[in-house]
Amino acid sequence: MKHFEVLGTGCKKCVNTAESIERVAEELGQTVNVEKVTDPAKIMEYQVMSTPAVAIDGKVVHSGSIPEHGKIAGWFES
Amino acid sequence: MLDIFTELASWLAYELLGLDPASKLGTSIHFFIEDTTKILFLLVVMIYVIALLRASMNLERVRSYIQQKHRLVGYFFGSGFGAITPFCSCSSIPLFLGFTSAGIPLGITMAFLFTSPIINEVAVIMLWSLLGWEFTLAYIVIGMAVGILGGMILDALKGERWLKDFAAKAYQRAALEPQNHKHDIEVPEAPKMTMAERHQFAKDELNEIVGRIWKWVLIGVGLGAALHGFMPDGWFAENLGSGQWWSVPAAVFAGLPLYSNATAVIPVMESLIIKGLPVGTTMAFCMSTVAASFPEFIMLKQVMTFRLLGLVFIILLANFMMVGWLVNAISPWLFSGF
Repeated sequence: MKHFEVLGTGCKKCVNTAESIERVAEELGQTVNVEKVTDPAKIMEYQVMSTPAVAIDGKVVHSGSIPEHGKIAGWFES
Repeated sequence: MLDIFTELASWLAYELLGLDPASKLGTSIHFFIEDTTKILFLLVVMIYVIALLRASMNLERVRSYIQQKHRLVGYFFGSGFGAITPFCSCSSIPLFLGFTSAGIPLGITMAFLFTSPIINEVAVIMLWSLLGWEFTLAYIVIGMAVGILGGMILDALKGERWLKDFAAKAYQRAALEPQNHKHDIEVPEAPKMTMAERHQFAKDELNEIVGRIWKWVLIGVGLGAALHGFMPDGWFAENLGSGQWWSVPAAVFAGLPLYSNATAVIPVMESLIIKGLPVGTTMAFCMSTVAASFPEFIMLKQVMTFRLLGLVFIILLANFMMVGWLVNAISPWLFSGF
């Protein structure tokens, strides 16, 4: 199971991002673990400057916007 | 070209609704229709065009660009990029830490964050259409000066002493690293974008920004229209207009608890100036409303101690008051039209 982290200091877009990922996972019949990371020190460690950002298993794959449906679906394929 | 909106408003308000152009209600409704249609039209066109141009700009490139510069130039660039970079206030903290952990001085980072809410394309478009280019230019210069000066003062007082521990450590670590030498930093290449990708970006920006601010435009223009129609002419001139020194700090403090974005404040500014409130006092009020907001301070609390937060707050207030006094003193020469 993939471990998703949504990085962001708690704005609306970050909540939407987490929800999108969960929704896509459900559509694809995947179980997923989505964690919201709001701690600024942790976000700094990931060297992310625009949020919301998404990390999968500790690697940043997206930053600066709510990822679109197709992009999220792609993360489940590999 | 923009006269078409005045004509549209006259037609709607006076002919279709049959309002009396001399009445308070008629004046207010006319003002409201003219400003909302004009602003919304300009916003849609300009946001799209600007987004098309800046689609390939990102914060990583901005950061390395600032890093390369000499410190003094850095304040200028920090503030300038703050004005033009697409940036949501919910990204303040990651941006702050991204800059700090790259060894960019606190004052330069804050010059970016101070200027960012004051100047953006929406504010500039609205000022230009409502108050003319001289005023817009003065606003941009003053807004950047507030950011640059604020950042310099913060560094002169060694504000970085009062960063939260983890942020202070990250800054020191970056400052010690030898590979952070200015000459070795390369600005990453701009991502190659096709026209279709740029269009997609601009369309998303347009949806996002207009979706977020349209209600603020209505509220701001509504307030401005009410002031315009119902406030007696000369009220300010009688009570504040002669420019008593205390009217500036009073305006700054009045703006503090009001938290708004530039979009909503500018139509109000237009009305205040037309009604004879001195330009400097109006500008001080506007900047205080836009740039010093409690949500922003609560966010900054995550990376700053109370001491630093207090210092930032005082520097901002002092800067706004200087702006007010200075502009009031020189405005007779600057804006002969007002």
